[in-house]
Amino acid sequence: MQAAIKYAEIKTSSSGYWGLLLALALIALIGVVGAHHMEVEGHHVSGMNNQIVWGLPHVFAIFLIVAASGALNIASLASVFGKQAYKPLARFSAVLSIALLVGGLAILLLDLGRPDRLIVAMTYYNFKSIFAWNIILYSGFVVIVLAYLWLMMERRMQRWSKPAGLIAFVWRLILTTGTGSIFGFLVAREAYDTAVLAPMFVIMSFAFGLAIMILLLMLSFSLDRRELDMSHLLRLRKLLGIFTASVFYFVAVYHLTKLYGTQNHGFESFILMDGGVYSFIFWFIQIGLGNLLPLALIYAPQLQNSSKSLILACLLVIAGAFAQLYIIIIGGQAYPLNIFPGYIVESSFYDGVVNSYTPSSWEFMLGCGGVTAALLMALLALRVLPVMPAALSAEAR
Amino acid sequence: MKNAPDRQAAQPSRRGFLKGAAAVATTLVAPGIFLYQTGHAASGASDQVRWGLLIDSNALTEADVDACVTACQREHGWSVDSDSTTDAQWVRKVRLEDRESGHRIFLPMMCQHCESPPCVDVCPTGASFKRADGIVLVNKHICIGCRYCMMACPYKARSFIHEDLKDQLAVAPRGKGTVESCTLCVHRIDRDGTDAVPACAEAVNRGDRKAILFGDLNDANSEISRRLRELGGTRLRADMGLNPGVRYQGL
Repeated sequence: MQAAIKYAEIKTSSSGYWGLLLALALIALIGVVGAHHMEVEGHHVSGMNNQIVWGLPHVFAIFLIVAASGALNIASLASVFGKQAYKPLARFSAVLSIALLVGGLAILLLDLGRPDRLIVAMTYYNFKSIFAWNIILYSGFVVIVLAYLWLMMERRMQRWSKPAGLIAFVWRLILTTGTGSIFGFLVAREAYDTAVLAPMFVIMSFAFGLAIMILLLMLSFSLDRRELDMSHLLRLRKLLGIFTASVFYFVAVYHLTKLYGTQNHGFESFILMDGGVYSFIFWFIQIGLGNLLPLALIYAPQLQNSSKSLILACLLVIAGAFAQLYIIIIGGQAYPLNIFPGYIVESSFYDGVVNSYTPSSWEFMLGCGGVTAALLMALLALRVLPVMPAALSAEAR
Repeated sequence: MKNAPDRQAAQPSRRGFLKGAAAVATTLVAPGIFLYQTGHAASGASDQVRWGLLIDSNALTEADVDACVTACQREHGWSVDSDSTTDAQWVRKVRLEDRESGHRIFLPMMCQHCESPPCVDVCPTGASFKRADGIVLVNKHICIGCRYCMMACPYKARSFIHEDLKDQLAVAPRGKGTVESCTLCVHRIDRDGTDAVPACAEAVNRGDRKAILFGDLNDANSEISRRLRELGGTRLRADMGLNPGVRYQGL
């Protein structure tokens, strides 16, 4: 019989902790300023235009939404797959997933041309739109995970946490399938229009969410000087390795499939070779720094007990995540639509040319603000709710 | 006594104020009323007709296509600063050069008013909609400005309003933060029915030479249907099976 896990709120009152919260709050506030400026002045103050209609805010928002779903992974492993080793982190996993999702949704909402029409988005539904489904999936996710969290935390209700965990698990798989399908269902553009984007987003969520979770786990444990045995980190490290390798596999399948058909050769050579900044971001940041280097750090035998190498691997996976989403979202729009095959096309509306995009500081502020708001929510939740285990000691073998 | 001149002076200014207020109210309300009518015409629009355009690029010079664009700008009150990447373009001049033969043509490119429009499929709120008569429009009242329709449109036909607008026209209400595109001059169609001629067509058609032909694709006896039957017409991105209402000749 396993001993009951003891949970405790973060208790530190160190200046480092409050300083961190203050910095996060300030950046979140700056994000609000950026969003307000874009709202008042119009989107011409952003780098987005009629060619690149989704920009940096969407990279940040989709990163958070995808990571949110993945952050729930640890809870699912415990509740759905019965892996007891992950159980101490299940509550934190649920809290983090809600915080990340809310941060991402805030960015998406504040980037709308008419954020004041939120009530319209909530009351008018076109059920053929994957976007409309996502509005339901996202709101449902918050409600379901909150209920799941409560069932896990309320002693009398714990037997219900297993079925709730199953519902949350299935829901988030559908949710990330929906997020990937926002792009996968777009038949008009060569970068999209493929079913592989849906499972690719699911596996991306596993890696991105876990990377954030490991970092926050290590951060909050060190803030409170709690015991964190290396065996726990080793388990998470191996998991991150598998997920990162899987992301690489899906990216390879995506590009190989596109490369096979002659019609997509133009797009593929744009991303892989001639795309300038896009090709650089793809090979150097997404693949090199975001996939291969973290894999080397994770699996190098001499680094297995190095927590620094794990921190670096997590940071690199997150950097790779931003690069990957930048390539998918912005690279996919930068490549021109092929409306007139066989012709050289010119127009005042930038037909036939690679579209340019230079993100402005306003949208960068909004994006960063969403990320810090999510982190702030998570860290505050750790202070008021007993969701983090009091210690993760060495396991009895 | 002393106040009398003041009161008199106040009279015209009050009248002026009322006039001004009425003018402001008209300016503010008229587009709303127009939009209301257009929206409600959706239920009045007949599903027996399907409006379309047949554009003969062989009959269009570069100057003709420029005239199309200018006419549309005048009709709907939009304009483009040179090199602007954010200004709306309801119709644009496209210059095509065959990669092998070098053959050049110019044609106007606008919303293709698809039978199965992807913009309508993806719109989360239903702001993107297709009227019974085949015209694809944006309901500006419920567009939230997400731009998903712009991601989905294979023709790059839509524009997002990136800044405040001045000098709007009552027939074409527009709004910062929402998406817009060619309306096929729906206000003319609702006014004139089968006799309607969109502004772009009006700008280039002379006598019997109809480089841009507007008409009912559902009516086998309409001029547009007869011309399509005799000479054929190309659907852009026909591979996508969207069946656009705008067809081209000379491609």
